[in-house]
Amino acid sequence: MNTWIFTAVVCAGSVAAGVLGALTGLGGGVVIVPFLTLGLGVDIHYAVGASLVSVIATSSGAASAYFKEGFTNVRIGMFLEVATSFGAIAGAMLAGRIPTGALAVIFGIVLLSSAWLAGRPPRPEAPAPPNRLAGRLRLDGVYPTPEGPRRYSVRGVPAGFGLMFVAGALSGLLGIGSGAVKVLSMDRAMRIPFKVSTTTSNFMIGVTAAASAGVYLNRGYIDPELAAPVMLGVLLGALAGAKVLAVSSAAWLRKLFGFVVAALAVEMIYHGLTGGI
Amino acid sequence: MGQRGVDSTSGAFPAAVSRLLRAGVTLSAVVAIGGLTLDLLRHGGDPPHYRVFVGEPAELRSVWGVLHGAAALDARALIQLGLLILIATPVARVVFSAAAFALERDRVFVALTALVLAALVYSLAGRPP
Repeated sequence: MNTWIFTAVVCAGSVAAGVLGALTGLGGGVVIVPFLTLGLGVDIHYAVGASLVSVIATSSGAASAYFKEGFTNVRIGMFLEVATSFGAIAGAMLAGRIPTGALAVIFGIVLLSSAWLAGRPPRPEAPAPPNRLAGRLRLDGVYPTPEGPRRYSVRGVPAGFGLMFVAGALSGLLGIGSGAVKVLSMDRAMRIPFKVSTTTSNFMIGVTAAASAGVYLNRGYIDPELAAPVMLGVLLGALAGAKVLAVSSAAWLRKLFGFVVAALAVEMIYHGLTGGI
Repeated sequence: MGQRGVDSTSGAFPAAVSRLLRAGVTLSAVVAIGGLTLDLLRHGGDPPHYRVFVGEPAELRSVWGVLHGAAALDARALIQLGLLILIATPVARVVFSAAAFALERDRVFVALTALVLAALVYSLAGRPP
């Protein structure tokens, strides 16, 4: 196999990963790492580097589209980015000290729990009472509904902030966006409306990933000939996936892909434990 | 506060951020595609080399190294430049937010944004030589 063919295979697989990531709501990163390591035998450090770059592309692309809809809360995003960016640097530094097998096992576990989190039914919407810390930081916001703008208040600020550090660390360690943990932190811990949580999470993913990308670059994890076709492919796939989602909610498709992702996760854990990665 | 900036749901700030992000991703993709095409034309016949991690050469590991290589039209450095533009896109967004918070005289958020910016710069600058 020469580089032409390899690049074409990587690009095609990345398009598929982008579609899968968009449809499951998990992002392309969680699919691209198993594809590169299990499928093509790429070392997990290069795979994680390429994945992280693609995460920045899809997050920025999607944020550009969502931002105008008025759900994204920039103040919440900016405040929590303090936690995610420092977490991301810590995670990226840790990635170099952990053996590849262990990294694969952690990846599988995070992937499984993300798929589970994303598949849970949404939390019933209940207005939260105003919170002092959130009030002081002016995190409370307004989001558009068919019946007009609706106010929401934020609570659980310290818990959300702590969870965001974990989300950042996982992002830096595994080269993923960790959108599932970010949404968990905002939707469940801070009681932020779901649509605001998902768009704000996506808004934050680019900055979180950029914080570990620097460390990855300096460590030599970002290989241009691998990362570029991955980034371009995932971006294309994510755009296509978003179009599919706009046409149908495709609940059964989400379920099916949820199982695919779970199977990939189990395989990552298995290969990590048996030394196959 | 009729014309609220950063936390408003419509107006100049969201539109500008949208444009900034889109421009960054587009420019990055164009540069990366250009570099990749050049690289494949030159080295497309070589075997791929990703099974064992050896790390990238020093000139592809730092912002300055990449800029130097790209100026000399080195294909791999050009691709890396495209990826760097992508990494710089969210960084530019943070700078932009900092400016917006400064215009609103929101000291707490200017400080928070500066902290995030410091983390990003620290990460990209790398270890001291």
